[in-house]
Amino acid sequence: MYSVNYHRASSVADAAKLLKSGDAKLLSGGMTLIPAMKTRLAAPSDLVDISRIAALAGVTVSGKTVTIGAATTHHDVATNAKLAKACPALTHLASHIGDPQVRHKGTIGGSIANNDPAADYPAAMLALDATIITNKRKVQASKFFTGLFETALKDGEIVTGVSFTAPAKAGYAKFPNPASRYAIAGVFAAKGKDGVRVAVTGAGENGVFRSKEMEAALAKKFEAPALDGIKLSASDMMGDLHASPEYRANLVAVMAKRAVAAANG
Amino acid sequence: MGMEGIGARVARKEDKRFITGGGRYVDDMVVPGMKHAAFVRSPYAHADIKKIDVKKAQGMPGVIGVLTGKELKADGIGNLICGWMIHSKDGSPMKMGAWSPLAVDRVRYVGDAVVIVVADTKGEARDAAEAVEITYKERKAVTDAAEALKSGAPQLHPEAEGNLIFDWEIGDAKATDEAIRQAAHVTRMSIVNNRLVPNAMEPRAALGHYDNGEDHFTCWTTSQNPHVARLVMSAFYNVAPENKLRVIAPDVGGGFGSKIFIYPEEIICLWASKRTGVPVKWVADRTESFLTDAHGRDHHTTVEMAFDKDNRITGFKVDTIANLGAYMSLFSSSVPTYLYATLLSGQYNIPAIHANVRTVYTNTAPVDAYRGAGRPEATYVVERTMETAARELGISPAELRRKNFITQFPHQTPVIMCYDAGDYSASLDAAMKAADYAGFAKRKAAAAKKGLLRGIGMSCYIEACGIAPSAAVGSLGAGVGLWESAEVRVNAVGTIEVLTGSHSHGQGHETTFAQLVSERFGLPIDQISIVHGDTDKVQMGMGTYGSRSGAVGMSAIVKALDKVEAKAKKIAAHLLEADEGDIVIENGALKVAGTDKNVPWFQMALASYTAHNLPGGMEPGLKETAFYDPTNFTFPAGCYICEVEVDPDTGKTQIVQFVAADDFGNIINPMIVEGQVHGGIAQGVGQALLEGAHYDAASGQLLTASFMDYTMPRADDLPSFQVSTSNTPCPGNPLGMKGCGEAGAIGSPPAVINAITDAIGNNKLTMPATPQTVWAAIQAKH
Repeated sequence: MYSVNYHRASSVADAAKLLKSGDAKLLSGGMTLIPAMKTRLAAPSDLVDISRIAALAGVTVSGKTVTIGAATTHHDVATNAKLAKACPALTHLASHIGDPQVRHKGTIGGSIANNDPAADYPAAMLALDATIITNKRKVQASKFFTGLFETALKDGEIVTGVSFTAPAKAGYAKFPNPASRYAIAGVFAAKGKDGVRVAVTGAGENGVFRSKEMEAALAKKFEAPALDGIKLSASDMMGDLHASPEYRANLVAVMAKRAVAAANG
Repeated sequence: MGMEGIGARVARKEDKRFITGGGRYVDDMVVPGMKHAAFVRSPYAHADIKKIDVKKAQGMPGVIGVLTGKELKADGIGNLICGWMIHSKDGSPMKMGAWSPLAVDRVRYVGDAVVIVVADTKGEARDAAEAVEITYKERKAVTDAAEALKSGAPQLHPEAEGNLIFDWEIGDAKATDEAIRQAAHVTRMSIVNNRLVPNAMEPRAALGHYDNGEDHFTCWTTSQNPHVARLVMSAFYNVAPENKLRVIAPDVGGGFGSKIFIYPEEIICLWASKRTGVPVKWVADRTESFLTDAHGRDHHTTVEMAFDKDNRITGFKVDTIANLGAYMSLFSSSVPTYLYATLLSGQYNIPAIHANVRTVYTNTAPVDAYRGAGRPEATYVVERTMETAARELGISPAELRRKNFITQFPHQTPVIMCYDAGDYSASLDAAMKAADYAGFAKRKAAAAKKGLLRGIGMSCYIEACGIAPSAAVGSLGAGVGLWESAEVRVNAVGTIEVLTGSHSHGQGHETTFAQLVSERFGLPIDQISIVHGDTDKVQMGMGTYGSRSGAVGMSAIVKALDKVEAKAKKIAAHLLEADEGDIVIENGALKVAGTDKNVPWFQMALASYTAHNLPGGMEPGLKETAFYDPTNFTFPAGCYICEVEVDPDTGKTQIVQFVAADDFGNIINPMIVEGQVHGGIAQGVGQALLEGAHYDAASGQLLTASFMDYTMPRADDLPSFQVSTSNTPCPGNPLGMKGCGEAGAIGSPPAVINAITDAIGNNKLTMPATPQTVWAAIQAKH
């Protein structure tokens, strides 16, 4: 790791101010940034730690509306009793991110802002039609995730939380990379008041995406067999050592069925 | 058996410090004035070094020295060597390409060390390493051994034309070909043994300290055999004469073979310490471990196994290409030859065997011994072939094996080895019973109802441990002897120190070796200390690898104990005014048999040192040394049965049952033996399902250079193992021990792959059988 100036922000406004110093980067759980810095692949001049800002942490469920602060850890999402009632698919998803150490440090805001193409949360946000809240505006998830490790965030903009309306039904199934245990195909299927949304992470060559074909099939009947015969095109999929595009296309179809089956309990 | 003697499940003495963070590893060592090293390594798989400019780096904060291969050569430091000479079948010696500890004019794999930077802190050393400017001219690289043998392939070493190191054979080609010609059935296969990265928990490390006043070097290093390290560094690398070089291997966090070898870094740290005048410490980061620890396996093999009409094996022909990487590591040549082809008879009576082995340079990390070293490769070849033959012949895999088992001992195979003892049917029976083999069809049907493909596979392995005797291995090309030493020091109050040439890096010697002494003299193990890993303390020894520390290391202790016991009895007889032959040792006392006359052990010990009243002419003191050279290898064997369920939609394999029935001969501590088997199977399952070092063919970059891409086995990849042992004592050593450290890694991969191929109905499957690989094999079947 190169030497770096560490700042602990006391508030979001403070963080925004500190973010202007040098080539500063926000630090939340640090689950991606710190390893990248340790291997010298990332070299920010300053770190602005927002993980201790109390206002950024916590889950609130008010009626059907769920709001999760950006600095809420995966563990706190996974174990929130109200959220487990409102949207058990999301607590299930959070409980399978990384390992216990990661879940106690990593945060939902960090995951979303990083938009790793194999991360779990982007699929949930997209399928839940969530709103990403920043210190400057609100952005729909469909406009937020713009590519591999790319988001609609502008310089100095800080994710402060997410909110969404609890779906009638939702399920998440992922097939993990055997080594990293990130998703090589993760599918979040949700049936909400505005219809069915199916979002896929870990597989698409441009990052998280929705499968309109699956959504159409599930809109008719929200059951796994409705997806029979749907084959995804391998040409839209990533390929690497662990999973060829063809294998990923297969896994997305398999995981979609398992997600729907999970949603139907 | 006493409470803490042979056969007792004694908790490991060393675990308290390991578990509570009290272990002392190389990185824990601090010497006054110590500085830190970073290496500049080649980013290319193959390139000429055109220019090295260190000026900028030398001016960086905290930098003490920036040293290159030219300076190393100028100081007379030698090239690395391979310590086992193999001759090709045309009689020519193996072609050893020059391996300079720091590359001078060419780099041959990604990670090849080029420059060392010494600075006040590790961070400063790294900063300065980044500032070293090296101009490379890239060459074409080749990473696959078969590709490297083709004409027109990039050439690595001028010494090795066509990248061929040697073309070696063993056995009777004519008889084997004839058996194949006359066979009722021939099973033919192409078999790949995947390349592995050892990944010991503790990365390699070295601390070199040159004391100018004493003109003496000390090297703390992560070694499985510190004396061999000292010998090689003195005799071949010209670091210092042996009397001026102390090598200490303190607590070492796992070796698995990868810490047998002498690597460039420890040599360079010693040399750099003298050059810069400060102690120099280097600790590999995990990326360096992936790139530069000697890898394991990487064989491509074709086989033909001939059967007569009664399904008896009549001949076995094997052709192997072994990838040895960019340079020949210390014992690399022995692994695909005498540690591999000599085991191709497996547990079977095979009248004719022939193996041809070609070893090849490629632009990859050097390949050398890794847990099992040659024997896993042999077992995989034999046991995949046996299972496949059984399927082709339409006979049960167990019956085909049983029909061909060796049942008379000693048994001379056609490939050097003379098996001394074994009962292969006993292991097979025990494993089949534990696995409820008969109930498999029912379990398969139940799995099918869940949509899962269930399969069962077995592996009847044999291996050879305690490689010996020295004269025999010498005649086969070994540059060292393979005996072991021990010194037993009885202190004046009767407590005991055992100085052993073996080295413990996870094996639990501090416990098992103490149990051996406890058994002999009836002393609690707390009064017995095991000293190892320091050339200043311990007499010359050969270290720990090849599951040799029980059969060879403990046998040396037995010989030293014999001498101590004889002298102790003489002293006791004198003190008790009894006949020496009437003295027995029980519960910490020397007694006159059949009487209540006795002298406590500690009094006898004290008497030996006060020397007030010793038998006439006896020297004072009680300390004995022994060197033990075995008469033969030992031959652990066993049967492993694996049962899997495969999800056909994803290709994911779950091991639902794993049974191991091993014959290790006599056992000192069953708990430690079970731990060794568990760990070995975990590594074998890792090889079969998860692990594979993968180089990009075009660039020669290691694609699996971190745990994000290289899959190590985790707890949830493994079932709860069912292990048991049977015992045919080894007749070749005083304890009847065979060795258990590698068996799990040797026996398990074919059992796993035989099970998966049984489940999916497609025999074409390569390791690691990742979900993607298995899914593709299922698709290919349709």
